[in-house]
Amino acid sequence: MLLEAVKLALASIRRNALRSFLTVLGVVIGVGAVIAMVTIGNGTTAKVTADLAKLGSNLLFVAPGQFGPGRASSDAKPFNARDVEAMRSQLPDVRAVAPVAQRSVTAILGNESRLTVLTGTDDDFLITQDWGLAAGRSFLEGELRAGRAACIIGQTVRDKLFGHDDPLGTSLRVNNISCEVIGVLQAKGQSSFGTDQDDTILIPIRAFQRRIAGNSDISRIYVSAEDKADTAKVQANIERLLRERRGIVGDKEDDFSVRDMKQVVQTMAGTTAVLTGLLGAVAAVSLLVGGIGIMNIMLVSVTERTREIGIRLAIGALEGQVLTQFLVEAVVLSLFGGVIGILLGLGLAGLAARGLGVPFLIDPAIILTAFGFAALVGVIFGYFPARRAAMLDPIEALRHE
Amino acid sequence: MKPVGIERPEAALIAFDGVSKVFGLGASSVRALDHVDLRIDQGEFVAIMGPSGSGKSTAMNIIGCLDVPTSGRYLFKGLDVGSLDRRGRALLRRRFLGFVFQGFNLIGRTSALENVELPLTYRGIPADERRKRSLLALDRVGLKERASHAPSELSGGQQQRVAIARAIVSEPSVLLADEPTGNLDTRTSREIMDLLSDLNRQSITVVMVTHEPDMAACARRIIRFVDGHIESDNRTMETA
Repeated sequence: MLLEAVKLALASIRRNALRSFLTVLGVVIGVGAVIAMVTIGNGTTAKVTADLAKLGSNLLFVAPGQFGPGRASSDAKPFNARDVEAMRSQLPDVRAVAPVAQRSVTAILGNESRLTVLTGTDDDFLITQDWGLAAGRSFLEGELRAGRAACIIGQTVRDKLFGHDDPLGTSLRVNNISCEVIGVLQAKGQSSFGTDQDDTILIPIRAFQRRIAGNSDISRIYVSAEDKADTAKVQANIERLLRERRGIVGDKEDDFSVRDMKQVVQTMAGTTAVLTGLLGAVAAVSLLVGGIGIMNIMLVSVTERTREIGIRLAIGALEGQVLTQFLVEAVVLSLFGGVIGILLGLGLAGLAARGLGVPFLIDPAIILTAFGFAALVGVIFGYFPARRAAMLDPIEALRHE
Repeated sequence: MKPVGIERPEAALIAFDGVSKVFGLGASSVRALDHVDLRIDQGEFVAIMGPSGSGKSTAMNIIGCLDVPTSGRYLFKGLDVGSLDRRGRALLRRRFLGFVFQGFNLIGRTSALENVELPLTYRGIPADERRKRSLLALDRVGLKERASHAPSELSGGQQQRVAIARAIVSEPSVLLADEPTGNLDTRTSREIMDLLSDLNRQSITVVMVTHEPDMAACARRIIRFVDGHIESDNRTMETA
């Protein structure tokens, strides 16, 4: 009998194809939105989690000042080369310590110019970032000590300025200095903060300080701990050393901060997951609205088909059968909407994933849930109109024009 | 006037025993049927006539188990219909009754065959048997070759034939026809009446409401309602 009811429902939907489609539009949009939001959200979370691995192993991030509300970091004094040396020589379980100073610069080659980020650092930077070279070489000991204007360029800079030409050995103008390209970094893609990591130029820190910044400041230090080391312990050691070097004693608060990047990424992954849930919930509200749309049209349909219902009751349909028919019709309608919505949502998520550069992850659980919700919406919002149809008085219904 | 056949109510197919039907309450109430006694036996062909408001439609609704008397008893095959609930009456209808309406009342955009199959679908008959019996019913009304046509592709007479096929496909004891020729021209009306007479000869009891004397003349018994009473109840010449 249920099979028959489904057949009757399909026949009725086919008879009113356009109206049926408009009826389910709400559910299509609702389900589509849920699927798209959750799929994009999951992709973003996966991307952030994947970045954890890309960030380099056991990375600690040291900066002057404190993070957080009401804490000015600009007052705190920057680090210098002696801090880096001290960390290298005194900290146990540390693989690499990279000084970092950055500034926005314009790089010029011939007629091409590009606004990019100049990073003053040394070879340890490549270790901490787990970043390899696509071509050329890294800085030589002598270049670092002398502060020679040699640079390693990121893939974006390479593509924009050199196109298909070989950049090695060519000199770029960076602000007012000329520097020779000695290497090209491997492509790394977007960071989890959404910036293009390949849009950068590395030069020796000493060259940066003397010829670009005109001071001896180091604004950040990246520390890479040994693989088996406990990063919490390394963090404590860094804090102790820097407090000592910066003359912070007793209960005085640190004027610098050390953060484990792993925790940062985990926090971000947690945030995106919460955001995904929120977006999904908002989208679910539109599914509810879609359900009300179905109820509306089903009620109109019952009124419009009063006579038909009367005929059906007169020729032998039982109350339950009329109820089943309209209920099944509502459910079949909303399932149709669900299927279209799932396809639409996945399509949108696929496009968005390509646009945002996040992986396109299809989650069967969310698809099943959305499908189930669509069916539930059909049952809940179909029941009232269906019951109304079933309770019609056949005499009245037959007289209805 | 002595009511026909009330002496043996247990054997009657349809028996009204002092049936009254009142619509509305208090001063504004209307007494559509007033203590009506009536008996219709298996195999009869009855025409119910009367001006509008005479109670003939109310009587038809009660006979069709679509409505129940306010007082008095309506016995169908000896069963007191008034004591049944909605579902009980629906079951009785689909077991014993077939309906034909003035407006044909076919379901649109659905083929003739599907229309005829519908009562069997609701009775849970398997698809292949349904198809066989429906084609047979269409054959009985002479429309077998139109089985796949939609109602809109059929003439009024053909639509009414489909409706009759739909009414008889479940092999009812009684065929109830409410102004079956009301929307048809004289020639087509005659054909429909011939069909009903044929079916009656094949042992289906036919009860028909009509206001056209010509059509009523095809029946073997004419009951005339006036003001909620049976005014006359005559066997026609055809029976004699």
